Amino acid sequence: MQSQKEVKKLGREKLQRIIEMCTAIEGHTVDPFTLDVEDIIRMVKEYFPSWEQPEDFNLDAEAIHHLASVIKLQSEWVKHRSTSLYTDPFLLEEKITQASKEEMVNVLLKAWHPLVELEQISIHSLATAMRYWEQLVPLEERWRELLAPEVAVGTATREELVKQRVLGDKAFSEELECYWRELKQQVQAKGQGGRMRYWDFVGAETYEDTVQRAFLASFLITYGYATLEIYPLEEEIFIKPFDEPVAKIAAQQSVSVPIAVTVENWQKWKRGEMQ
Amino acid sequence: MSVGKRKGVYASKMKRATHMLFYRRHQKPGVKGWELHKALGADYPKVLDILDDYLKSLDLQVKTVFEEEKAPAAKPSLEELDKARFYITLRGDLTPKEAKMIGWRIDDLAGLAVAIAYVISKKGQAPRKEVEKLLGEKLPNWKVGLNIDRYIRYGYLQQDDKEQLYLDWRTRAEVDEKALIDLLLSSEKQTTLPAEEESEEVEDKDGE
Repeated sequence: MQSQKEVKKLGREKLQRIIEMCTAIEGHTVDPFTLDVEDIIRMVKEYFPSWEQPEDFNLDAEAIHHLASVIKLQSEWVKHRSTSLYTDPFLLEEKITQASKEEMVNVLLKAWHPLVELEQISIHSLATAMRYWEQLVPLEERWRELLAPEVAVGTATREELVKQRVLGDKAFSEELECYWRELKQQVQAKGQGGRMRYWDFVGAETYEDTVQRAFLASFLITYGYATLEIYPLEEEIFIKPFDEPVAKIAAQQSVSVPIAVTVENWQKWKRGEMQ
Repeated sequence: MSVGKRKGVYASKMKRATHMLFYRRHQKPGVKGWELHKALGADYPKVLDILDDYLKSLDLQVKTVFEEEKAPAAKPSLEELDKARFYITLRGDLTPKEAKMIGWRIDDLAGLAVAIAYVISKKGQAPRKEVEKLLGEKLPNWKVGLNIDRYIRYGYLQQDDKEQLYLDWRTRAEVDEKALIDLLLSSEKQTTLPAEEESEEVEDKDGE
């Protein structure tokens, strides 16, 4: 007869193995149907009454979560098989291997409709370019302006850098966390649907502070503390905090969103015109 | 609004749509629906229909690529169209001779067909190594990697950090995936190109 301790140990090992198997399926290295879902659920149910510690419940929840992803993959597989695009990969592979390159080209040409684009300069853009060229200061003069006066090398303390605003007075991550909390509080107080207008959040009394807040907001979004909702047609941007920082999905392509934090926009916001 | 005036408005909107669609405005070609909505107004789908009709005689078409990769079953809503991307593509198909004239070698085109067909057969995702192995059966090994990199660069395929290949925006815009698979499955063995039988060494698209 196995002791309770041994049962728990065995149960944990089995859950770990289930998680590993599911992760492999999610990574598309294993066929989703190699996993007998019913059998796994039975096993998870069997060990569930033994769990007492939060870590064990956590492991149990993780296994169920991964199992749900596998079921989703299985459902996608069935859906794909039922579409008209589904073809037996072995049959297709066989066809591809047997086909001559002429045959492959012939097939592609019948299904290929290349994009059409024009590349042409207009009189208008030429005239604009000429005006720009005329006004462009020669490199010699531009570089002269950039020459910085020589200064003696010295040392600076952290306090001095904070005073000169090169460094913030808090560690950056700490500052970011504070800012995230502030965003959550503001959304709770003033926001709607768990979000608020971007400008209402970054806008401050002075332009300098607004820029500083926009700078921090960009890090909140990049590091997964918050996200942006953009409505290009209405020209509206909302910022939405996450309850927990979200790790980026590897396959997901990140997109840069340029937002002009100009003096004009800041003044517009102050006048209440950024609604 | 009188009929004449309305015609004038649509002619002007069609011109604007032509400029936007033919000349590249962003890094990738094509225009988002919401950009057309903003520039032409809410009736831009009608403007595009008129333009598409006009382009028929030139063997060109306005191609719509929906965000979810598949066209909506029913008539697309304005919201779905706003999120879609619009391109101008060839309406008919190219002859092998024309394909060479626009800078594709037969090897590269055949490799592209194989890569796309294989990724489709694998539910839209295939390990790069498998595609390389397949192409390696008929192309020299040194060329296989270069070709796949080129398909990625042109936007036909994309690769993630796990070296998995997917179809990219250009395939969705240019290739009729279903037709490609159907044609491949129904194709009979053929050893010469239909329009001509000479060799294929032509300058590559980017001079490689």
